[in-house]
Parts: sequence; C-alpha cells; structure tokens
Amino acid sequence: MTESLFTILSIIILFLPLLGFAVVLLLGKRLPKLYLFEIAVISITFLLSVIVMYFKLAYSIDRDIIASFNWITIGAAPLSGVLNIELGIKIDNVTVIMLFVVNLISMLVHIFSIEYMRGDIRYNRYFAYLGLFTFSMLGIVVTHNLLMMYIYWELVGLSSYLLIGHWFEKKSAADAAKKAFIVNRIGDIGMFIGILILFTQYKTFTFDKIFYQISQGNIPFNSEAWLTATGILIFMGAVGKSAQFPLHVWLPDAMEGPTPVSALIHAATMVAAGVFLVTRVFVMLTADAMLVIAVVGAFTSLVAATIALTQNDIKKVLAYSTVSQLGYMIMSLGVGAYVFAFFHLVTHAFFKACLFLGSGSVIHAMHHEQDIRNMGGLRKKLPLTYATFLMSTIAISGIPLTSGFLSKDGILAGTLAFGKLTGHWLIPIIGFTVAAMTAFYMFRLVILTFHGKPRDHHKYDHAHESSWVMVAPLVVLAALSIFIWYTPNPLSPDAGWFMSSWVKTPVTVVPENTRFEFMQSAVQGGESHGEIVHSPLYTETMHWAHYPAMIMSIVLAGFGILLAFTLYQWKKINADKIADRIKPLYNFSLNKWYLDEAYDATAISGTISLAKILSWFDNKIVDGAVNGSAWLGRFVSKISGLFDTYVIDGFVNFTAFFSGFIGFALRKIHTGKVQTYLVFVVFAVIILLLFFKPF
Amino acid sequence: MMGFPILTFITFLPVLGMILILFLKKEQTNTIKYTTLIITALQVVLAIILLANYNYSAAGVYEEKSFQFIEKFRWIEISGISWLGTVKIDYFLGVDGLSMPMVLLTALISFIATISSWNINHSLKGYFALFLLLDTGMMGVFVALDFFLFYIFWELMLLPMYFLIGIWGGPRKEYAAIKFFIYTLFGSIFILLVMIGLYFSATETLADGTKVFTFNILQLMNSSNYTSDGLLSPLNPNNLRFIAYLALFVGFAIKIPMFPFHTWLPDAHVEAPTPISVILAGVLLKMGTYGILRISYPIFPDITRDLMWWIALFGMINIIYGAFVALAQKDFKKLIAYSSVSHMGYVLLGMASLTTAGVNGAIFQMFNHGTITAMLFLIVGVVYDRTHTRGIDDFGGLATQMPAYTGFVTVAFFAAIGLPGMSGFISEALVFVGAFGVESIRILTILSTLGILLGAGYMLWTLQRIFFGPLNGKWSSLKDLEFREYAMLIPLSIIIIFLGVYPSAMLDIMNTSVNSLVNFLHTNFTATTISGF
Repeated sequence: MTESLFTILSIIILFLPLLGFAVVLLLGKRLPKLYLFEIAVISITFLLSVIVMYFKLAYSIDRDIIASFNWITIGAAPLSGVLNIELGIKIDNVTVIMLFVVNLISMLVHIFSIEYMRGDIRYNRYFAYLGLFTFSMLGIVVTHNLLMMYIYWELVGLSSYLLIGHWFEKKSAADAAKKAFIVNRIGDIGMFIGILILFTQYKTFTFDKIFYQISQGNIPFNSEAWLTATGILIFMGAVGKSAQFPLHVWLPDAMEGPTPVSALIHAATMVAAGVFLVTRVFVMLTADAMLVIAVVGAFTSLVAATIALTQNDIKKVLAYSTVSQLGYMIMSLGVGAYVFAFFHLVTHAFFKACLFLGSGSVIHAMHHEQDIRNMGGLRKKLPLTYATFLMSTIAISGIPLTSGFLSKDGILAGTLAFGKLTGHWLIPIIGFTVAAMTAFYMFRLVILTFHGKPRDHHKYDHAHESSWVMVAPLVVLAALSIFIWYTPNPLSPDAGWFMSSWVKTPVTVVPENTRFEFMQSAVQGGESHGEIVHSPLYTETMHWAHYPAMIMSIVLAGFGILLAFTLYQWKKINADKIADRIKPLYNFSLNKWYLDEAYDATAISGTISLAKILSWFDNKIVDGAVNGSAWLGRFVSKISGLFDTYVIDGFVNFTAFFSGFIGFALRKIHTGKVQTYLVFVVFAVIILLLFFKPF
Repeated sequence: MMGFPILTFITFLPVLGMILILFLKKEQTNTIKYTTLIITALQVVLAIILLANYNYSAAGVYEEKSFQFIEKFRWIEISGISWLGTVKIDYFLGVDGLSMPMVLLTALISFIATISSWNINHSLKGYFALFLLLDTGMMGVFVALDFFLFYIFWELMLLPMYFLIGIWGGPRKEYAAIKFFIYTLFGSIFILLVMIGLYFSATETLADGTKVFTFNILQLMNSSNYTSDGLLSPLNPNNLRFIAYLALFVGFAIKIPMFPFHTWLPDAHVEAPTPISVILAGVLLKMGTYGILRISYPIFPDITRDLMWWIALFGMINIIYGAFVALAQKDFKKLIAYSSVSHMGYVLLGMASLTTAGVNGAIFQMFNHGTITAMLFLIVGVVYDRTHTRGIDDFGGLATQMPAYTGFVTVAFFAAIGLPGMSGFISEALVFVGAFGVESIRILTILSTLGILLGAGYMLWTLQRIFFGPLNGKWSSLKDLEFREYAMLIPLSIIIIFLGVYPSAMLDIMNTSVNSLVNFLHTNFTATTISGF
C-alpha cells in the first residue's frame, strides 16, 4: 500500500462518520429508518480501518505516514514572520491500533443500540450523535498536531455533552451533561495554555516539529521549569478528559446517558483520549512532570477504587472502576511504562465496553433497574450476559489467561521497578492495593447481580435474555479479553507481537539532566524510528520486578475475589455489620469522599456569589455613577435655567445667552428633541475652530 | 469596476430607499417592507461584487494608493477666511483589509435585520425609513477615509438609533434611548475635540505645492505631515497627544462597550426591538473597535505602544467581568448583552497585542461576534415573540416543544462558547496566540482564558434552564420555527460553520492589511522617524 493510499483511506475513515452524522441529523426526522445508514457507514469505516491496520502492521511497521496542508497562513510582516497553521494526519502503529479499537467498539455499540434504544423518541438523533462522536474520536487519533488535537478534543466534549443529555427531559441528565462539559473545560484551559506556550516558542503546533526542536535543546522560555510546566499543563487536558482526580467527578454523573453511550464514550474510547494525549506528548515530559503524572494517576486509581467498594448502582461501580483503571494507565505513563499503558488502554477498552454493555443488557432485562440490591440470581435468566460479564470481570481483576492480566501485570511491574529505581515506593504500594480492591468490588458486583437468590421477584420474573443483536457484541468483546489475541504465552506479554514489534517506547527528547536517570537511553535503528533501548539498569530492574509483581498481583487478586465470595456469596461474614463498625469510613466511600459537596460549597457557590456581587456592583455602582452624573447634569441645567429666568433676566446679555444655551441644550436633549443636534454640531465646530486658532 | 462609484452606491443606496419609502403611503405596508428588503438585498449583492473584485494583496491602512475602490473629490472648500487659510474637506471613500470584513458584515446584518423587522407592527413607514438611514450611517463609518466624513457618518447613525429604540422599544424605551444617546454623544464630543485638534496639527501638500490643514486620515498617519507647533504634533515638545489619545479612546470605548462605559448596552438591548438589537450587537459595537484600529492606532502609534498593557488589561476585565455579570442575569436578553461585553473583550485583548496573529484574531472576532451575537439576539426574539417574556426561569423543556429552534440555539450557543468547528473558536484562538506571544501581557492573557470556562458556564446553564428538563406546561402550544425565522437563522449558521472550517476565507481578506498595520505601528512615530523629518 502506498503512502497516498494510506492517507486517502485514513481520511475516508475519518470523514465517513461525519457524513453519517450530517445525513442522519438533517434527514432523520423524515426517514425513520435512516439509522441504518449510520450503521452501514460505521461498518464500512470499521472494515477500512481493519484494512489500514493490516497493511500498516504487516508491511510498513517502521514507517509512519504523515500528510499535512496549510490551513491558516497569517503574517508576512518582517516583524512577526509567517505563521503557518497546519492540518494533518500521522499514521503510526499506535494510530492504526486505535483506529481499529475505536471503530470496532463503535460499531458494536451501534449494533447493540439498535435493540437497546428501540422505541426512543429521538432514535435517529441518537445514532447521528454516535456518528459525530466517532468522527471526533477518530480525529484525535489521527491528528499530527496539537491544535487539531484540541479541536477534536472539544468536539468529543460536545458529542459527549449531547449524548449524556440525550434524555434531557430528566433534570439529572441535563445537569450531568453540563457538568461534564464544564469540568472538562477546566482541564482544557490548562491544556490550551500549554499549547500556547509551545506555539509561542516553536511557531508550530505539529508534534514532530516541536519534539525535534526540544531535542535540539530549544526549550520553552529557555527554562527547564517551563518545560516541566508545559508538560503538566498539557496533562491537565488528560486530567479532565480521562477523569483524573480532582476532575473525575463528571464521569460517574455521566452515567445518566444511555448505557451503550457509557460503554463507548465513558469507558472505552473518549476517556482514554487523555491517556492517548499523554502518550503523544510522552517524549517531552521531564522527570518532574512524569512524577506528577504518576502521583495523580496512582492517587486517582486509589480514590476511585475506594469509592467503587460501596456503590450500589451497577453503572456507578463500573464508572468508578473506569476512573480507577484510567488512573492505572496514567500512573503507568508516569513511571515510564509507556507500552503497558497503551496496552492496558486497548485491553481495558474491550473488557470495559463488554462490562458496560453487559450492564446495559441487565438494565434492559430489568426494566431500567440499576440498583444491584434489587437484583440477584440473574445468571439463570441471562446466561450469555452472565458468561461474558464474568469473563470481563476476570480480565479486569487480572487473572492469568486474560488480556487484563497481561497489561495490568506489566503496569505493576513498571511501578515496582520505578519504586526500586527512584525510591518512590508509595506508587507500587498503591498500585497493588488497588489491584486487590478491583478484584473485590468487581466480584462483589458479579455476585450481587448474578448469583444468589433474586431480591426483586417481580422484576426477576419478567427478565429475559436479550436478543442476539445485543448479545453478539458482548460475545465479541468478551472473546477479546482472552490472552491469545495478544501473545502466545499467557504469562508474558513481551512474547506477543503487540509488545515486541507494534508498540515501542519512543525516545525521549528532553535534555538529559531533566530525565529520569533510568530513562537514559540509546537509540537503535536510525534517527526517526529509533527504538528506546533502556539502560541496562532499567532492563535489569524490570526483569527483577517481573515475577514478584506477577505473583503478588495474582495473590492479591485472589484475595480480593475470595473476600468478595466470603462476604456476599457464602455470607460467612456479615457485610452490613462490617459496614456498621466502620461507619465513618463506609459513609466516606459511599458519599464519594464528599467531593461533589465540597465543590458545591466552594468553587460553584463561590463563582455564583461572585457573579451576584459583580452584578450588583454593575447595577448599583457602575450604572449608578452613570445615572448619578445624568442627574447632576439635569440639576445643573435646571439651576442655570432658573438662574436665567429669575436672576439674570437681561443682566449681562452674553452670560445670559451662554448659560441659557447650556440649559436649553441639555433640557432639549432630555426631552428627546434630537433633531436639532446636527445644528449644534455645526455650532460646536465653529466655536472650537475659534478656540484652537485665535486670530 | 473602474469608474463606477460602488462605495457610494453601497453607502447611499439605503438613503435612496428611504426617500422612496417617504413617498409611499403609510398603508402600503408590504410595499414598504419589500422596498427595504430589496434595498438591503442589493446592498448584499454590492458587497459580494466588492469581494469578487477585491485585491487580497493590497495593503491600504496608511498608503492611499493601495486602498481599493477609492472615491475622492473635493467636498467642501472654503478659501479666504483669513486665519483659517483654506478649509478643504474631501469626500474620500475606500476600503482595505480592516474595513472590508466590516462592510460585508454590515450588508449581511442589515439584510438579516430587515427580515427580522417583518413583524414590527406600528408606524412602519417611519421605522423602515429610519432603519435605512441607520444602514447608511453604519456603512459610511466603515468606508470613510476622511475624519470629518467619518464623524458625520458616526453621528448620522446616532439619530435613527435613538428613535428606533425610543419609539419601537420595550417598556423602558425612553430611558434606554436617552441613555444610549447621551452616552454616545458624550463620547462623540471627545472624538470631535481630537478631530479638530488633529486638523490644526497636520497639513497635507496639495498638487500645487501649497500646504493645507487636513482631515485626511491617511495624511494624519504620516509623522512628517505634522507642524512643529501643532497641539497634537509629535514635534511639539509640549504636545497633548497622550491626553488626546485617551479622549479618543474613551470616545470609541463607549461604543465597544468597554468597562466601565458599558452600562448603556444592557439597557439599550433589553428595550430595543429584536432587529435593532441585532444591528446594535452585530454592527454598532464594532464601530468602536474599528475606530480604534482605523484612527487611534495608526495616528498615535507612539501612545498605542505605551498603553498596550492597559488596553490588554481592559480587554481582560471585559472578558472576565462581562462573563461573571452574565452568569448572574435572569433576563435572557440581558445575559446575551453581557456576553457581548465579554466577547468584545477578546477583540481588545487581540488588538492590544500588536501582533499579526492578535490583530487578525481581533478583526475576525469582530466579524464573528457580529454573526454569532446577531444569531443569539434573533433567538431571543423568536421566543419573546411567542411568549412575551424573557425571564430565563420562566421557561424549561422547550427542546421537546421546539426541536428545530433548539437545534439552532445549540449551534449559536456553542459558537458563542468558542467550540472548534465554528468561527468564534478560530478568532479567539488567534487572539490568545497573539496575546500570549507578547511577554508583557502574558499574565493578562492567561487570566483571560478563564473567560472560556465562564462562557461555557453561563451559556450551558442558560441552555439547560430554558430548553432542558420537563416542559413547562404554560408553553405546551408553542409553535416551532416558521419560514421567515429559518431564513434568518440558516444563513448565519452556515457562515458561522463555514468560517470555522475554512477561516482563511475571511483571514486572507484582512491579512495583508493587518501585517501592514502591525508593521506600521511598530516602526512609526518613533524617535527616529520623527526627528528624521
């Protein structure tokens, strides 16, 4: 496949969903079957992305395709030079894998939605928005520059807004949509400032050009601190979109959207965009920036996991588990385990999409019941949903023979090595703790939903397995949670093609004294497609970490699962009693660390109060001054009017004329006789002429 | 195009229409309406002809020969007043990259506002006559290159505006009209003073070699034209240029409107009928920033350079302050009015940067604000026509009742928020790129980015309160958009999205001139250029 063919195909892949969106949105009202067009479009898009991925990975694995054109040209004055703003695409291995993942999940969600959304009042509109989302997400994936990244970044924000608010008649849905958009904007501002710094320094938005400049020692404002700050600012975008602490609060609320949307956008793809962004700018992150990222990621995964332990809404548990897993990926990037972060992004996308769609299947069967306390025993009613859900749960818990085991184990080994090399042991400790918690709350979810006896017999009796339209996507996604797609050796991801040849840690470009020492690397295989060869120390430490990490993660996951069974399946210990005994902690977790309340009390009410104060100020003080001076003017004119009538009355003609003139003029203006105004202008010109140029 | 006085036509066509209307009978309402519609449509056609013949590489700004569609002849000539010498005022029109976008905007918005005027229901004859007169005033401001002529147009626009608000406005129309009038007049006096001051400070050399005082804006930009003792001459060590600059700036700032001179705007908007709000926000506000770019900047580059930080500061205040006050509004129209204050802040910020990116962004933002805010006011009008209320909390759930309307509202609101893919994003991004690149105003720029967040806040909150949630039972019989409303909203939506995807269509028009202006501002009226005289 030639480069131009790659480029053309990628552009077709990108714009087909936009076409679907436009057609279905504009004509969907007239043609109720038009959603089929959208489904056809996404299926073609998926097929094309399979072709592109195959040819890229099979025939030009070491050659990236870049194509761009000038979008905006401004400048030319000698002072400013010319600013060229480019649009362009970059097709590398990461991109084609993402194209495949996004389009596959998007297609499956489209299919799943046919049944799930049946009877919805805005059925076609829903599919149109899915198309818009897919377009925006693909844009993030293929772009070769930061500005376009930001553009598509905002567009996925828009489609997320529209889809969360799909049932906008519900206040909670409209609230959640608004919250998602605004919270994301906070992160986006940081990202935007980071982009501005880079553009100011390098006069380009293009990744490769920026990185080349940095590798030549040209860093923002000539300061390593600024380079670190830039990295962290851009990372702020990821904090918003990938729901990292402290901006993660929008994601659980986003579950107000239809469940397939949660699967596509708020679990598998859009929220991973933040992780993807960090992989894109990974090479320009300094050691300090990476440490910040690692800490934020680790803390996020811990916070979310502690909250997930006690949630009772099936989607909320999954939402917090998503936040936690995203924290894992971010943490992994922070500790330098780039490949495992991306690997986990892919594996997580599949099993989390499966879990969400599975929960959708449950909710659909239970007539929109989401509270797991009212479920139980559904395994008999929904055998296929149960099997796929269980498969994905095993994967997310990190049990061997699953994809999740491979990627998670890699991340944990990475943190362990990081701990040993830098002394930041807290990060691996959090990583392992979260692994145990994940296994626990996920199995708690499975047991309470599918095992035991039904707790709401009415709903249970009416439940039935969904049709194949909904089950087929589940089966596909569950199958993708098996190790075999990624590596022939279920215990070692490194043996797989994914790790060994498709995705490689890129060579960092930051100055040597600002990198982590262990990231010091030699480049192998030429300038542009060099592969990082870690320092012997790092390689050695990773080897050292491999088996301890694996064993510990299996043991901890096993412990978590065992605990879940003990508490909820066998009921050897009464879970409620434990909850009672640690009431404050339990409530803290149940109420999500009271973060929403804290934000309401501080940032939100602070903003509203400030707005009210400024509005009062505007009304009373600023406008008051205006009205006050108007009053003063009227007063003066009245006085001079009186003066004119009663005191002067033929006293000194000139004075009388003058003050009378003022009084007359102002009075006239106030009574609205404005026609005379032009006459005054002429007078004024003459008077002023006299003033400025006396004889 | 040679020889055809197209700018005169585009400017005075509405006056022709006004005269026609004055000859019509009061009862011939449809004829009156269609006359106006045809006149404004012709204006759009003329604007398109202008664009088709526009030379993208001619700079203009300070150089008379690179202005386009020039019309220049002696208008007023008084000789023989001993101390005055010869008074010589030209009728001098021309466009360059600074004015071309504004000419296009004026033609477009006037046309849209005419459609919007269709349901004006009393004293139509007067309304449309004044409307057309207003149109001439606005167009004239953007094409005049002689300060005296500029001032006449500037004042010409005031009179019809006063009556349009005062007669066809809402309950507090008299207050709003007077406030608008006096406030603008107050600013005009400053402009007038500076104009006269400049007149007596600079001369131009006529073909026969004699030197006469001049109102010619381009001649006033040439530091070698100033007399050694002129009050506003840079050669005069005791000159009053600084004070004159401030006075002129205040005159223009009132129109923008810049904090703290903005309080006439919410009142005028709330009371004005919808089409007049559209004109006010769409075109009139741009006259302030246009005046600064056309007159203040190139005639006083020295002071401009000294004060750029302050201009940026006021830009920042406009952005943040306007957004906060908007957040607290309960009246839909007032909220949009304050959002204008916020959005015009970006124009100030971009202008203050004195960079090509910033100034390009500022002018582009002027155009985009014109289209986006016009659309927002039309949207308010749609719902006000049907319900006769503008209280944000009086609504709720309109999305179910009026889906097409809600679609356009979503487009306009997200455009106002600066969503990529729509024109407002490009202009705001360019403003930030330009302003961030200048170290002295970098902190102000960073603070200004808060406006992006607050903008999303008040817009989405409004969207939710009016359109989402359960439908308020009171409005269960509201009708969705009708043909006339589509005719206004569709063109604006298309322009907003088109310029968001292909911004070069507009940026290329202004780029050459902006470069020339920025270059001029950095290199003229410096110690060397003045002493070199």
